[in-house]
Amino acid sequence: MEVTLEIQRFNPETDTKPAFSHYQINVQPTDRILDALMQIKRLQDGTLALRKSCAHGVCGSDAMRINGKERLACKTLVQDVVGSDSAPIRIEPLRDFPIERDLMVDQQTFFEKYRSVKPFLINDDPVEQKERIQSPEQRRAFEDATNCILCSACFSACPVMETNPQFLGPAAIVQAARFLDDSRDMGFEPRLPILDGPNGVWPCENHFACTRVCPREIKITKLINQTKRKIKKYRESPGGKMNDRR
Amino acid sequence: MIHEFDAVVVGAGGAGLYAALETSSKAKTAVVSKLYPIRSHTGAAQGGIGAALGNVEEDKPEWHAFDTVKGGDYLVDQSAAIILAEEAVQAVYDLENRGLPFNRTPDGKIDQRRFGGHTRNFGETAVRRSCYAADRTGHMILQTLYQQCIKNNVSFFDEFQVIDVMLDGRRCGGVVAVELATGDVHVFRAKAVLFATGGFGRMFKITSNAYANTGDGPAVLARRGVPLEDMEFFQFHPTGIRGMGILITEGVRGEGGVLRNNAGERFMERYAPTLLDLAPRDMVSRAILTEIKAGKGIRGDRQIDDYVLLDATLLGKEVIQAKLPEIAGFCKTYLGLDPAEQPMPVQPTAHYAMGGIPTDVRGRVVADGEGDMYQGLYAAGECACVSVHGANRLGTNSLVDLIVFGRRAGRHMADFVRQVDLLSLGEEASASKERIAELTDGKRGSHGAEIRETMEAVMMEKVGIYRNDKQMTRAVDRLQELRQDYRDVRMQDTSKRFNTELLEILELGNLLYLSLITAESARNRKESRGAHSREDYPERDDANWLKHTLTWLAGDVIRIGYKPVDISIWKPKPRKY
Repeated sequence: MEVTLEIQRFNPETDTKPAFSHYQINVQPTDRILDALMQIKRLQDGTLALRKSCAHGVCGSDAMRINGKERLACKTLVQDVVGSDSAPIRIEPLRDFPIERDLMVDQQTFFEKYRSVKPFLINDDPVEQKERIQSPEQRRAFEDATNCILCSACFSACPVMETNPQFLGPAAIVQAARFLDDSRDMGFEPRLPILDGPNGVWPCENHFACTRVCPREIKITKLINQTKRKIKKYRESPGGKMNDRR
Repeated sequence: MIHEFDAVVVGAGGAGLYAALETSSKAKTAVVSKLYPIRSHTGAAQGGIGAALGNVEEDKPEWHAFDTVKGGDYLVDQSAAIILAEEAVQAVYDLENRGLPFNRTPDGKIDQRRFGGHTRNFGETAVRRSCYAADRTGHMILQTLYQQCIKNNVSFFDEFQVIDVMLDGRRCGGVVAVELATGDVHVFRAKAVLFATGGFGRMFKITSNAYANTGDGPAVLARRGVPLEDMEFFQFHPTGIRGMGILITEGVRGEGGVLRNNAGERFMERYAPTLLDLAPRDMVSRAILTEIKAGKGIRGDRQIDDYVLLDATLLGKEVIQAKLPEIAGFCKTYLGLDPAEQPMPVQPTAHYAMGGIPTDVRGRVVADGEGDMYQGLYAAGECACVSVHGANRLGTNSLVDLIVFGRRAGRHMADFVRQVDLLSLGEEASASKERIAELTDGKRGSHGAEIRETMEAVMMEKVGIYRNDKQMTRAVDRLQELRQDYRDVRMQDTSKRFNTELLEILELGNLLYLSLITAESARNRKESRGAHSREDYPERDDANWLKHTLTWLAGDVIRIGYKPVDISIWKPKPRKY
């Protein structure tokens, strides 16, 4: 089928502001949007800049806005987004990030926020047995959060980020929750200053925009609310039952 | 710009990150990677990491090592296989202790499941050896290692594409890389360099591999005269999504899924009566292609792009949700089906390079068949060839390889850099700058897409699962022509900043290089062994071919040599399952 892609372009060396270019291509309805973009890049316009790698939704490289919604280009089929009225499919970079070029955005701040929540297992106790024992139920408690691929779709979709760019953002809180809910982790208090700070979990207003766009279908808003409740509970009885002995 | 480090790690997948964790605490270390580390292809590994923990039934590292040797059709270096299997056990505990969320048994230990070619007591029956985290074990490994790198403040140079290695005879002095953000060429001087750049499945049309899997490390080294080992052995995974190549983990069959032809027959009963659908991958891929050629594919037209069905409906929704959720997601997204209700259309997909940069068990790069070594030059992971995979890798052993040999290489490098000084090699970056300048010299040329498509098709059709001299000779000739055509490729994109076209063109050059070496190595090996199946030489020939291939490419001419196989433990036997 013939489709038109309307792609937002911006080259910092030659352009002062972004503008749209149109490309007509022939694709199968079951082709990925990434296939369409690569066809354009390889056969029509080598200057088109985008990130990609695994091409099946696990590496997180190609998050972008497709018809206004944050998606992974490799996990979106043409038939999922093409209209019946032959309107072009609109492709734009993620919002609330500086644009580096075309569909590539600068994720430095995103990764700084990710690092700030100490996204690693905190537990200095020597391991008594070969592995730390964890029941299947305890393992399930943080299963959802382990799905995150740090693609930053949630960041772009979050309406709070527009008014408060300092907000820690959904992905970083998911990454914190992944450890707070892990029975082996004892890092609640070390993470508290960031999470409980003015730009930690509290700016979230439950818009659910992150949850709606997450390509991994993580219940992000739920995890943020769980984290808020954990902090409140800790305030009621500091030092108690927080998976933390320090 | 010039940087100076003790150790440089090229590539930030499982092997690179593990090595960096080992060296960074003891030596000034940089990780140079063309992707953000968490985008690396280790993250796509699904089914598990093999280790004889014995958590759910009796198991021994010795059985794991034997399975590895037999799975590799006796081209595995046996002492290395023992190291792999023995150190796998502690490696898995280390990963767990560092936070990796493995699935658990009811009593809270790491759970284990069956996987192809892994058996108890030297082949009696399938054993539960694969330690897994749902069907995204690689994702969890990559995340865990990256988390540890953050904790330990490892220095990263993200989106730097390595384009040259600095060698002075057999001593390595660093690498040259181009920075995507600026287009600038950087020199990284180092006392030791580890290449951990992953695989090169993108030379084939149907592949499970990421766009990034273009063999940059092996190609960069080969251009500087470093040999490559056993390049003829490329694994086709039996179950890729039809037409797309996206991997459907062997874990589906490990949990009880079966392959069926167009008559609904469980055809593996005829090919591997004991292990059935859990026979090694090379055998299952050949069985599928044999069925297809006999008109028993689902379309029944005997074309190589026909397919068979992978039936997981008998597993039930609960097992699929708990143990194979990613697969269910892929099926929903790309096929519009639920594997709990409908079988999946699958065909073999180019998956894993057994061959690569030759190394010893400490990750040091081997210079020839006589045991001479490079100094300060290391390789680990899929780009390396220890060889623990021989002629065919067993499922789960790639992740074991990354962790065990990534760690070993890292440890050895940390010691090595204390004993030597930095080399000064003069105009290190000039060749790289010239190469980039050539691509933007203003001449008009193709931008490579047709060359890439032809290469992928040639490799798929002529150097695929079944091979013969006539087809491979055609492939070699065609690939030589494509390499000529490649000289006329020019960039459309003349910007310096974020010029992704430059990377694509450099990657294509690397793939062409490795395709030619693969085709020529395959044409040279006149026997069938593991993943290398010749219609004109259908039998394994230990008398003449129980040896590793080494290849050197000088200009357009490939020179071939050999290296002995370590068979010090188990005598080669016919391979039956």
